[in-house]
Order: sequence, then structure tokens, then C-alpha cells
Amino acid sequence: MTRRLVVTALAGLVALVTIAPLLWMLSVSFMAPGEAARFPPPLLPAHASLENYRQLFGSYGVGRFLANSLLVSTLATLLALLFTVPAGYAFAKLRFRGRDAVFRLLVAALVVPGQIGMLPLFLELKAMGLVNSYAGALVPWLAGIFGIFLVRQYCLSIPDEMLEAARIDGASEAAILHRIIWPLLTPVVVTLALFVFLSSWNDFMWPLIVFADQDLYTLPVALAALSREHVQDNELMMAGAVVTTLPVLILFLALQRFYLSGLLAGSVKG
Amino acid sequence: MSAKRRADEVRAGWAMSAPALAAILLFFVAPALASLFLSFTDFDIYALADISNLRFVGFENYARLIENPLFWKAMSNSVLFVAIGTPLVVALSLCAAMLVHSRWLSWRPLWRVALFAPYVTTLVATAVVWRYLLNTRYGLVNYLLSLFGAGPIDWLGSPTASLPAILIFVAWKTFGYNMIIFLAALQTVPRELEEAARIDGAGRLARLRHVTLPAIAPTVLLVSVLTVAAMFQLFTEPYVMTEGGPAQSTVTVLYFMYEEGFKWWNLGSGAAVAVLLFLCILGVTLVQLRLARRGGAI
Repeated sequence: MTRRLVVTALAGLVALVTIAPLLWMLSVSFMAPGEAARFPPPLLPAHASLENYRQLFGSYGVGRFLANSLLVSTLATLLALLFTVPAGYAFAKLRFRGRDAVFRLLVAALVVPGQIGMLPLFLELKAMGLVNSYAGALVPWLAGIFGIFLVRQYCLSIPDEMLEAARIDGASEAAILHRIIWPLLTPVVVTLALFVFLSSWNDFMWPLIVFADQDLYTLPVALAALSREHVQDNELMMAGAVVTTLPVLILFLALQRFYLSGLLAGSVKG
Repeated sequence: MSAKRRADEVRAGWAMSAPALAAILLFFVAPALASLFLSFTDFDIYALADISNLRFVGFENYARLIENPLFWKAMSNSVLFVAIGTPLVVALSLCAAMLVHSRWLSWRPLWRVALFAPYVTTLVATAVVWRYLLNTRYGLVNYLLSLFGAGPIDWLGSPTASLPAILIFVAWKTFGYNMIIFLAALQTVPRELEEAARIDGAGRLARLRHVTLPAIAPTVLLVSVLTVAAMFQLFTEPYVMTEGGPAQSTVTVLYFMYEEGFKWWNLGSGAAVAVLLFLCILGVTLVQLRLARRGGAI
């Protein structure tokens, strides 16, 4: 009994230390300008106010960046699903010549970091006229090897008899994917959608490179630029950090079961 | 009928995978290969304006990098991040996983989610938060240190403390991810195995060393490989927290590549950095695999 208490208390302490920075970010975001620049640091605002948020959305146009982030992440998610789900299914269940060789190449490519090709990709998109556009930010999400991998792993567990039965009934291959397979894939589709949405929302280096116009900035790029100008405005910056990270944190908390199971399917079994 | 169905299946297989494969070829494989090609050219701002200014220069970019002290500074910083960060993150994640795996723990799912939460936060946002937490005069970290009579440490302003400061942030941000992977591996180790060792009189450390660690050795390898790659690819952390400073103490290889490519528009030289970075990650990974094989982990 005491052992249970000690271990649980220890876990509670570790958890508190881990999420303390996030709780404090939230607390400071409600403080008045300059209030957090004191020693010892205040834990709670003396008079909680939304002034920092009002300023962010009023004077710094954060609403625009929020809309950009929502647009880019939503489109990235839809496009990634459109491209990777059929491919993942095909690699698992359809027998076509060259399939296994191509798949082995894809697995090998999984170890190559995307940053390696960043400079040529920039030149390539520049030639295509996609630099400094939303489309330019979306392009890397089309090439999601991890997504193919995830969907394939999941599809392997679908019994072949199901497909054969549908084929004997005269269903076309496209109809089989659409009517029979797609409904079965809901858990892995939710997982993949969540992965892509969170990763594209949090992505920084590529949007930083591809966007020149401030009007196109996503939240992380805008926040990084703002934080370089406002090093001393802690309260304002904490409010900016809350606006940037709270949407994905809430999304994760709501769907964490899907996220964690996908993480394991993608890393351990692979 | 059957032959037609087989043909249909082959056609459908290619049709369904072709869009994704085309995208991967166009936006991932081709750029990665083009990096190698680009690294042998003098692609710069003049070639960007007019491609006819482009020349092949052989290994000149590489030769210049080898003579560039800032490149070596970036390289040695990244090696430090890898050498200190990898054991730190692996040990921290394993400890957290063992804590959450403990059979005496109540409300397990709650702690698992709480410890994982930093991983899903936006890197730029939490880097901004930690820049503030690590503030010399009024940061929470120095306040906690002062309670123990230590500090204050000029975390982000001193060339010796800046790299450890960023590592603390990186460890906080990433340990939850590896913890989940370790947790899954620990769950496959039969409790009876540890129980038997305990009855035989093996202490806590002996059980960890002779029972638990050998059983999860492949996962330790996997997490180490992933962490090495991640440590070589630090960019956002120094960009937001220190801008590579002070005195270039936090310029990483990727940060150097970014500045070379997109600040100075030396794309040929930047591509050479990318190639070298890839070779470094590949090299360390191969060494890890070899050590693991010799140790009997895989």
C-alpha cells in the first residue's frame, strides 16, 4: 500500500515538472505587461486579463496566421490521405509486379531525412512557380512514406477472402477499396490524419523557407518572427505560444488513443 | 474471367500507388539525389538569377567547407548534441517508461498522457516558453536553483551554458515519444521473468541489467538510432532560442546549412553540407548497428 503511494506520488511529481512549463505559459499569458519579469517569478496573474490576446489579434494580425495554419494543415491532411491511403492498401493487398521491390526501396528511403533535399526542392518549386504560395508548403506532405507504411501495416490484417468474395460478386477494384475497405480503415485513417495535421501544424523549417510574404505565414513562422522582435515582452509571447500550441494540444488530448496506437504501429512493429 | 480479374488487380495496384509514388519521386527522391549533384556546382545567387552562370566545380565546395572554421564549429556542436543528448534522452525515456510501467502505479493512463504532452506541442511555441524559463534574471529555472543556493546561471547568454540549456529543452520535448516506445517493449517482457530473478535474490540493479535490458535491447537500439538522427537535425531550437549564439556556440550543422543556403544563397555549398550531414547520420547509425550486433542485441 505504501509502495503504491510512493510510486504514484513520484509519477505525479514527474508529471507536474513535465507539464509545469505549459501551465506557466498559460498563467503568464494572462498577466499584465512586465508582471512576469520579476524575481521570484509570480505563479498566477495578480489581475488576469485577456489584454495580450486582444493585442495579438488586434495589432499583430495573429488571426490571419491562425487561419493560414488551419488552411495549410487541413489541406495537407486531406491531400496526404488522398495520396497515401490507396497506396498503402495497394502495397498490402493487391498483387502487382514490382510491388515488393518498390516497397523495399520505400522502407530504405524512410531513413533519409527530408532536410537532405531541401535546397533542391526549393529550386524545383521555384521553377514550378510554387515558392511563396500555400501549394509550396503542402508539397512535402504528398510524399508521406510513413503514411503508406502505416496504412499498409493495418491493411495486412484484412482477410483476403473478403476481397475474393467481392471480386466473385463482380465488384471492380475501385469499388472494393471504396465500399468495403475504406469503412474498415477508420481507426488508421483517424491516426494518420491526426499525425499529418499535428506535424504540418508544428512544422517550422519548410514554411520558413517557402514563405516570403508575411501574409502567408503559419503560426510557428509568425511566432518565431514576433519573438525575435519582442524578446522582452514575455506576457505577449506566452499568449502567442498559447495560441500556437493549444489547438494541437487539445486535438491530441481528445484523440490521444489513436495517436499513441499509431505511434507504436509505426515504430515498433516496423 | 480469372485472367481478366488478375489484369484488373495489377492495373488497380499501379493506379492506386502511382500518385503517391510520383509525389515521392518528384518531391523527395529527386531532390535528395539532386543535393549530391548540386554540391558539385557553384550554384549561388548569380546562378539563381541566370542558370547559365552555373559551373561544375568538383569537390571545391567540400574543400572550402573543410577550411571554414564556422563549419567545424557547427560540426563539433552537433557532435556534442549527439554525444551528450543521445544517452541523456535514452536514459531519461527509459526511466520514465519504467516508472509508468511500475506495477504499483495508479492512474497509469493519466501519467502516460501527461509525460507525452510536450512531444505534441509546437516546437517554436515551447522554445519561446523555455527561452523565458531559462531567463537569467527572472526565469523559473534559476529561481528553482536559487532555492538550493545555486546559480544564477546565464543559460542562453554564455557560450558554455547555451548548449546544455538547449539540451535540457530538447530532452523535455522529446523524452515522452521514446518513453511510449520503451513502454511497449517493457510490456512484452513477462513479469514472471523478473519475479524469478527477484526470488533468486537479484537486486533491483542486477534485474535491470541482466533481465530487463537484454529483453528490450533491440528497442534501446531503435531509440538510440532515432535519437542520433534527431540530434543531428536540430534547427528550430537554436533558431528560436539563441540564433546560433552566443559566440556560435549553438550553431548546428542544419542551422549552418540553412544560413549557407537561404541567407547567403550559396546553394552549392549548402548542398555539400546536406550531403555531409547525411553521411554523418548514416555513419553513426552503421556504427551503432555494428556495436549492437557484436553485443548480441540484434
